[in-house]
Amino acid sequence: MTLKELVDCIEGVVVNGQERLEEKFDGVFISDLLSDVMGHAHEGNVWLTIQTHNNVVAVALLLNLAAIVFTAGNAPDAATIEKGKEEGVVLLATKLSTFEAAGRIYQKLQ
Amino acid sequence: MDRAGMSLEIPVEGNNFSAAGEAASRVKKTLLRLGIDSQLVRRVAIATYEAEMNMVIHSDGGKIILQVDEEEIKVQAVDQGRGISDLELAMKEGYSTAPDEVREMGFGAGMGLPNIKKCADRLEIKSVVNEGTTVVMGFKYQP
Ligand SMILES: Nc1ncnc2c1ncn2[C@@H]1O[C@H](COP(=O)(O)OP(=O)(O)OP(=O)(O)O)[C@@H](O)[C@H]1O
Ligand SMILES: [Mg+2]
Repeated sequence: MTLKELVDCIEGVVVNGQERLEEKFDGVFISDLLSDVMGHAHEGNVWLTIQTHNNVVAVALLLNLAAIVFTAGNAPDAATIEKGKEEGVVLLATKLSTFEAAGRIYQKLQ
Repeated sequence: MDRAGMSLEIPVEGNNFSAAGEAASRVKKTLLRLGIDSQLVRRVAIATYEAEMNMVIHSDGGKIILQVDEEEIKVQAVDQGRGISDLELAMKEGYSTAPDEVREMGFGAGMGLPNIKKCADRLEIKSVVNEGTTVVMGFKYQP
């Protein structure tokens, strides 16, 4: 599944990385605890979270995650967007709850 | 490849969450540039990030020292912070003294040191209360 298909499926907004939407991602990881993500997310995962501060970009970058999705209408901080642009990390946002977004992606992946 | 003698020292500021992660990022980029295997770099990056964040959250900052030599990649996190009184307890998954405002940011799961233990082939922690903490992590080229 491509990031473009993901955006459509969760009625998402592209905050950064418009040019990378043709890229494919490999699974989803959900957590709002950063060291849980550090310990368990896999390279190429899309990460669903409600954390909006700029350290999430550092985490995504270190783990080579495919994208961060801010769920439930949580908008990334200005510093997060800036850092995402600087480091080339794909940032997406959706109004859907984490549960609903995950459910839709799960169905689509079946 | 000549790995011998390469070393890098990166300062880490305490309590500065906007710069946090940059030391780990520099370590990762440096190792990739040296042509080190990406799975090994990943382990080093995760462990370095956790040690860096611990300095940011639990001490007043310090430095990350990367040394690449023939036998191993060595990363040291050195601070002059408050130190750890019970190391065995600190190593337990879920144990954390992180304050509430930091927990709200998603830190304080008490998984940082356990993550480091999983990633590093060698881990040595020296800590003296009110003097500081030194975390030494060694990574072998062949796991
Ligand atoms: N450099 C340090 N200086 C002082 N105390 C530390 C240091 N590193 C760790 N500690 C202590 O050890 C505890 C456990 O650390 P660990 O990294 O496992 O969890 P955490 O940092 O609290 O949460 P997480 O890493 O999951 O965000 C900390 O809560 C803190 O009390
Ligand atoms: Mg920690």
